[in-house]
Amino acid sequence: MKHEKTLDTQAIPLIKRAQEQGITTAWERYEKQLPQCGYGQLGICCTLCALGPCRIDPFGESPQRGVCGADRDTIVARNLLQMLAAGAAAHSDHGREVVEVAFKTAQGKAEKYKITDSEKLKRVAKEYGIKLEDKKEADLLKELCISMMEEFGTIKEELQFLKRAPKKRLEIWQNLDVIPRGIDREIVEAMHRVHMGVDNHYTSILLHGIRTAIADGWGGSMIATEMSDILFGTPSIKETEVGLSTLKEDEVNIVLHGHNPVLSEQIVMAAEDKEILELAKQKGANGINIVGMCCTGNEILMRQGIPIAGNMLNQELAIITGAVEAMVVDYQCIFPSLSEIAKCFHTKIITTSEKAKFNGAIHYQFHPENAYEVAKQIVKVAVENFPNRKKDRVLIPDRPQRLMAGFSVETILSALGGSVKPIVEAITSGKIKGAVGIVGCNNPKIKHDYGHITLAKELIKRDVLVVVTGCSAIACAKEGLLTPEAASLAGDGLRSVIEALKIPPVLHMGSCVDCSRILVLLAAIANEIGVDISDLPVAGAAPEWYSQKAVSIGSYFVASGVFTVLGVAPRIFGSKKVTELLAEKLEEVLKAKFAVEPDPVKAAALIMDHINSKRKSLGI
Amino acid sequence: MKRVYVNYERCIGCRHCEIACAIEHSNSKNILSFIYEEPVPKSFIKIETHSFGYTYPINCRHCELPLCMNVCPMHAIRKEDETVLVDPDLCIGCGMCAMACPFGMITISETHIKRKVAIKCDGCKERKHVGKVPACVEACKTKALVYESLDEYEEKKRKRLICGIEEPLKQKLPEEILTWKEYLKELNSLL
Repeated sequence: MKHEKTLDTQAIPLIKRAQEQGITTAWERYEKQLPQCGYGQLGICCTLCALGPCRIDPFGESPQRGVCGADRDTIVARNLLQMLAAGAAAHSDHGREVVEVAFKTAQGKAEKYKITDSEKLKRVAKEYGIKLEDKKEADLLKELCISMMEEFGTIKEELQFLKRAPKKRLEIWQNLDVIPRGIDREIVEAMHRVHMGVDNHYTSILLHGIRTAIADGWGGSMIATEMSDILFGTPSIKETEVGLSTLKEDEVNIVLHGHNPVLSEQIVMAAEDKEILELAKQKGANGINIVGMCCTGNEILMRQGIPIAGNMLNQELAIITGAVEAMVVDYQCIFPSLSEIAKCFHTKIITTSEKAKFNGAIHYQFHPENAYEVAKQIVKVAVENFPNRKKDRVLIPDRPQRLMAGFSVETILSALGGSVKPIVEAITSGKIKGAVGIVGCNNPKIKHDYGHITLAKELIKRDVLVVVTGCSAIACAKEGLLTPEAASLAGDGLRSVIEALKIPPVLHMGSCVDCSRILVLLAAIANEIGVDISDLPVAGAAPEWYSQKAVSIGSYFVASGVFTVLGVAPRIFGSKKVTELLAEKLEEVLKAKFAVEPDPVKAAALIMDHINSKRKSLGI
Repeated sequence: MKRVYVNYERCIGCRHCEIACAIEHSNSKNILSFIYEEPVPKSFIKIETHSFGYTYPINCRHCELPLCMNVCPMHAIRKEDETVLVDPDLCIGCGMCAMACPFGMITISETHIKRKVAIKCDGCKERKHVGKVPACVEACKTKALVYESLDEYEEKKRKRLICGIEEPLKQKLPEEILTWKEYLKELNSLL
């Protein structure tokens, strides 16, 4: 391509190097895939069972049905539900693992894990109806873990955290019959429904998708967030640096990539071990530099202020700097290509989860019982790899960008003096027109970071407060939008509010499971005014999404009443009825819907129309 | 006389034609084993993609005045039953025919003969002898590839034209396809 593949200036020299040295990255692999099959893109290819694979003729001629008789609406809906289920499953497993570690911690069986936020433990336990009096903290944690574990199975009729949602929203869910009963239960039912000859009606299929998504956002993801806060601390304001330039010439570089803080928190601790630091000095390094990537990077950024090297499309480029001794991964969003690229350098890819193995990687199995021991082993492997770094092959960009992160709901409320009233006042007065959550991944189909950054800039200049999570947060951070100085890019109204509070116009609320923090904040604001989330002048956007998790997240935002704009089209255009349901009819029953708009400038216009109409309805 | 003609607006880039052609020209003629043959069978029809993400099948036109035939120094290319064929025994693999072809549809490669010669679409003559349509046409489920005479092809176009005489031809495509093509165009314009 003649044009730049990315807006990330720190990435450009590495992309160039990859091309010069013949190292293929996601961009080249995408080009080679073109053209991507039209049946697939339209969603009318069904590969679910051995009667197939079947496809529907999009031109209305034969065949119009698969072998079993499924028509285009059924096929598109089933495919979408399957994607959503995989995404919800990823979040469910993540949440479950945090709870399992917490359970072992409560029993004293988890090395170096502890309760960091006791107050949050008490608050959440109280929500579950657990008595606090006369109880040791460890026992309280144990009871909470068991209550949370029950949320995954067949024993409950309704998830606990749904009670945080506004009453009107709960009524909508009850009327639509989409109240989730158990996190894993809904996912299993989704997989059951997509089996040949089970759920054949596209509306029914998609409604269960809504149910499964709610079980993710208000279930699996929210449990992951809350229990991670209890174990590792609720995020507070942290300032550090972002971008590939956070790698250091003179230190051992370890990139932590993947999702679960149960792993990354341990590595951060292990890198401070005196013996290992001494070993690093012996090997000629001035220290050990831990940087994060993607969501696990966001977790340790929000809680420990660890610098973050990049987002999803940066992962291969990090290795290509030639400066990474080890990339330590657990699961989700990790390119299988990493071990191939690492072969061109001295970098070691270290896997830690039994669920996520790679060809050419070294595996150190993580268990809570000996987590710290394994973490130290891993850090040692990296340190011992330092002498293998070829100094003349190192290319670290030198334009670090500062960022401010750590905006958990608790931190935002504390900055506002303890309640959401100041936000409500700012929105009512019009200083802030509304709020938008920009979330989601990268995708080579959209110029890297362009969707996130452009949309954020278009919104803040119109006095809309932007909150970000996941890869989107990292994209905006690289552009400098997560600094108080970025207030100069904001409209006058927004600027006056954030300058007074000394916060950026774009607030980093965490990792992708921390999208649940956005739900909590929206519920708090809606409850303060006594309305539903769908009445608020807010919207969601996923300008560069790729993952199955994003299908679930987008769906739970819409299910919760938030109009959500997608930059990449889901595979639904082959069915007019499904497309209409998601882009129009959903609004009748959920008071929110989806829109597809790849151009972030046009997406901003759609969102502003929506925000202005909500403001009008509220009479502000 | 029938040829393989293309209805371009119907191609959705599934590349099923490429696979069917390769299978047809393999030894085993079986989808489960053809990829293990040596050399791996090639397709003589190609799908090329426009920057918008729009896709176009390109195939040998079996020209009335085959430039490949005219330029071959060994007279290895002949026209037989309206089909332009390469005789691998006479071919020296010089590549002149490939250079002369305006469509880029000739390649020099190993076949079962184990010598690199010019290979191109053979019009599926074996299939035609038993009354079958060419493999690519059979594989195309959207009727982007059709096997008919030029007169039939042109007549169908004329009929389509007068059916929608008040509207441009474009709007005869289903809404789903139009939405999808618009979206692909917009994606491309952003890059």
